[in-house]
Amino acid sequence: MKLFTKKIIAGCSALALTLTVMSFTPSGTGYQVGDTIKDFSLKNIDGKNVSLTGLKNNKGAIVIFTCNHCPFSVAYEDRIIALHNKYQSMGFPVIAINPNDAAKAPDDSYPKMKERAKQKNFTFPYLHDATQETAKAFGAARTPHVFLLTREGDTYKVVYIGAIDNNTDEPEAATQKYVETAIAEVLDGKPVTTNFTKAIGCTIKWKM
Amino acid sequence: MHQLKNICKLVLLLGITSTSAQAQSSKIIKWPELESLLNNKSDTTYVINFWATWCKPCIKELPYFDKLAETFTGKKIKVVLVSLDFKRQYETGLKPFLVKNNVVSDVLLIDEPDYNTWIDKIDKSWSGAIPATLILNNSTGVRKFYEQEFTLEEINNTVKPLLP
Repeated sequence: MKLFTKKIIAGCSALALTLTVMSFTPSGTGYQVGDTIKDFSLKNIDGKNVSLTGLKNNKGAIVIFTCNHCPFSVAYEDRIIALHNKYQSMGFPVIAINPNDAAKAPDDSYPKMKERAKQKNFTFPYLHDATQETAKAFGAARTPHVFLLTREGDTYKVVYIGAIDNNTDEPEAATQKYVETAIAEVLDGKPVTTNFTKAIGCTIKWKM
Repeated sequence: MHQLKNICKLVLLLGITSTSAQAQSSKIIKWPELESLLNNKSDTTYVINFWATWCKPCIKELPYFDKLAETFTGKKIKVVLVSLDFKRQYETGLKPFLVKNNVVSDVLLIDEPDYNTWIDKIDKSWSGAIPATLILNNSTGVRKFYEQEFTLEEINNTVKPLLP
């Protein structure tokens, strides 16, 4: 009986695997892969505004909508820091943007952003999207939500939208590092194979 | 292959049915179990809410969902709360939360961290943000998905016209 149960479980797992088919569905409004970005100018934690046109010697940017309060964002903090440390010198700095309404998520206020950036030694911009216009333009829906951009002259285009990797809770168990793979492909002059993924995250706390 | 698929469905459905016999129960599940719930052939309307203990808007609306069965007594309605808490938080976070808040609906913690493989199968329009809710009745063909937070009035008004 035990063996039979085991076989059934093994069979079902295999079946589940077979039934798992990735599908590509751009959804919602905002930027899609291939779209050109309209530049933004948002206040950084040091009080100075940051915009894409202000970036120098880069090939693109890893724009990440994230925040302080969401456990899924917190789970990815160290990986966001690692992405910046690894890819800034290769021309892809991280630009983190906090779009949450501080009235709904008090931990995401501008002073709290400064506090968190200091605690975690963020070396990348952590921008306050006070009007939420940038999050809306991008079509950001959750935190964390990544938009990988490439640069041609002064034009930035979206080449990847989605998650950082495929395991939020256990980084070492992630089998797909979407952002890293996408950047490697871009640097190789290849199109990004997996250019859209979804992940569970916190809703962006929109103003009423 | 086909036979195996049917056996799997049966095994999983039995698992879910036996769970629902209790007042409140929680367990950790994998995707096939959720999939067979989505494919169930019963005439019950399922209200499947995706939430997590750490998600503030989810916690706020959870009592409204938990009251649905009582609100619509006499109707074939079943609320299933699919938790996106991490598996390691099951004993220390989720279970105590359910006891403390007297949750009566069945709770399934889905242990499928590769979210991208299954989010679209719940609904193509889902970005992955929670709370999110799927209302489903395969015998009447009802399948509605909502990526939003509900008030008590909103969820009651949403569910009501969907019940046969």
